[in-house]
Amino acid sequence: MIVADKKPIEEIVEEVKDCDNILILGCNECVTVCEAGGKKEVGILASALRMYFLNQGKDMKIDERTLERQCDQEYLDEIRDIADQYDAIVSLACGVGVQFTAEQYHSIPIYPGVNTCFLGATEERGLWTERCQACGQCVLARTGGICPVSRCAKRLLNGPCGGSSNGMCEISKELACGWQLIVNRLEALDKMDDYEKIFPIKDWSTDRAGGPRKVVREDVQI
Amino acid sequence: MRLQYPSSVKIIRVPCTGKIDILHILRAFEKGADGVYAVGCMEGDCHYNSGNFRARKRVEQAQKILNTIGVSGERVQMYNLSSSEGPLFAEIAQEMTERIRKLGPNPIKQAMKKAA
Repeated sequence: MIVADKKPIEEIVEEVKDCDNILILGCNECVTVCEAGGKKEVGILASALRMYFLNQGKDMKIDERTLERQCDQEYLDEIRDIADQYDAIVSLACGVGVQFTAEQYHSIPIYPGVNTCFLGATEERGLWTERCQACGQCVLARTGGICPVSRCAKRLLNGPCGGSSNGMCEISKELACGWQLIVNRLEALDKMDDYEKIFPIKDWSTDRAGGPRKVVREDVQI
Repeated sequence: MRLQYPSSVKIIRVPCTGKIDILHILRAFEKGADGVYAVGCMEGDCHYNSGNFRARKRVEQAQKILNTIGVSGERVQMYNLSSSEGPLFAEIAQEMTERIRKLGPNPIKQAMKKAA
């Protein structure tokens, strides 16, 4: 899932302080799971903002709404009838949702309410870690299901480098060396032969190096 | 025991303090409460294992939010006591009431009155 973190309330206050009427718009998908932008977080932010502005002597109307997704037009259409009445929308969706909302509603400023961080997993409640960088050419079949692009600080495809010591990465004593994890896993799978195969030069044009990407699937297009 | 405690304290019963959400606490202030305190079981004695620890974390988060928005976070507290400690319950109610008296009324309530 896409992992996001809450923005400080002060930062959101700064964006909306001149508005009289705003909508806090949550998303029921990834940001709900990582407890940054779901229905509950919408309620907390709206309540905090209402009290903050009331305390400042400003009677701001703050409405709450949470959509199934903000990265799909059909769900964003659900606010078509009400969007015009707001001076601004604070979207608690990931960067994709914020942008897609802005694209659908041209005349209303859309402000982000979270910082979108990475594609990751919930290791435990309150701890999310990166697992994928969406490079567009998955190599997991050859690396024991552990991604060298996202788990190795240098994104090495033939690692580890000299900075790996006692299974940890040189950039942090708390960060496991991705390649040590791969070797351990390949050993456990009895697939160390895979480790001996040198990775050819990776085509990074499917990563960000090729500019903004798109997936076109004619088979599912209507 | 027929113990006395301040009549300003309104009790809201929950199955476990783990049920208390930050939003419940914030809404209480939005609706004009001067203070909120959660009374949970002793730490380590939660019938649902970790409900009172969750409550403590949520109380701390609510304190942070309230400090940010200019309503003293001190108005929210968490207490732990066992169900047999009636006198301590009354004592805590007294202590919390005095704490809130010192802090004065909830500024949101006053702002609401001004706005109305």
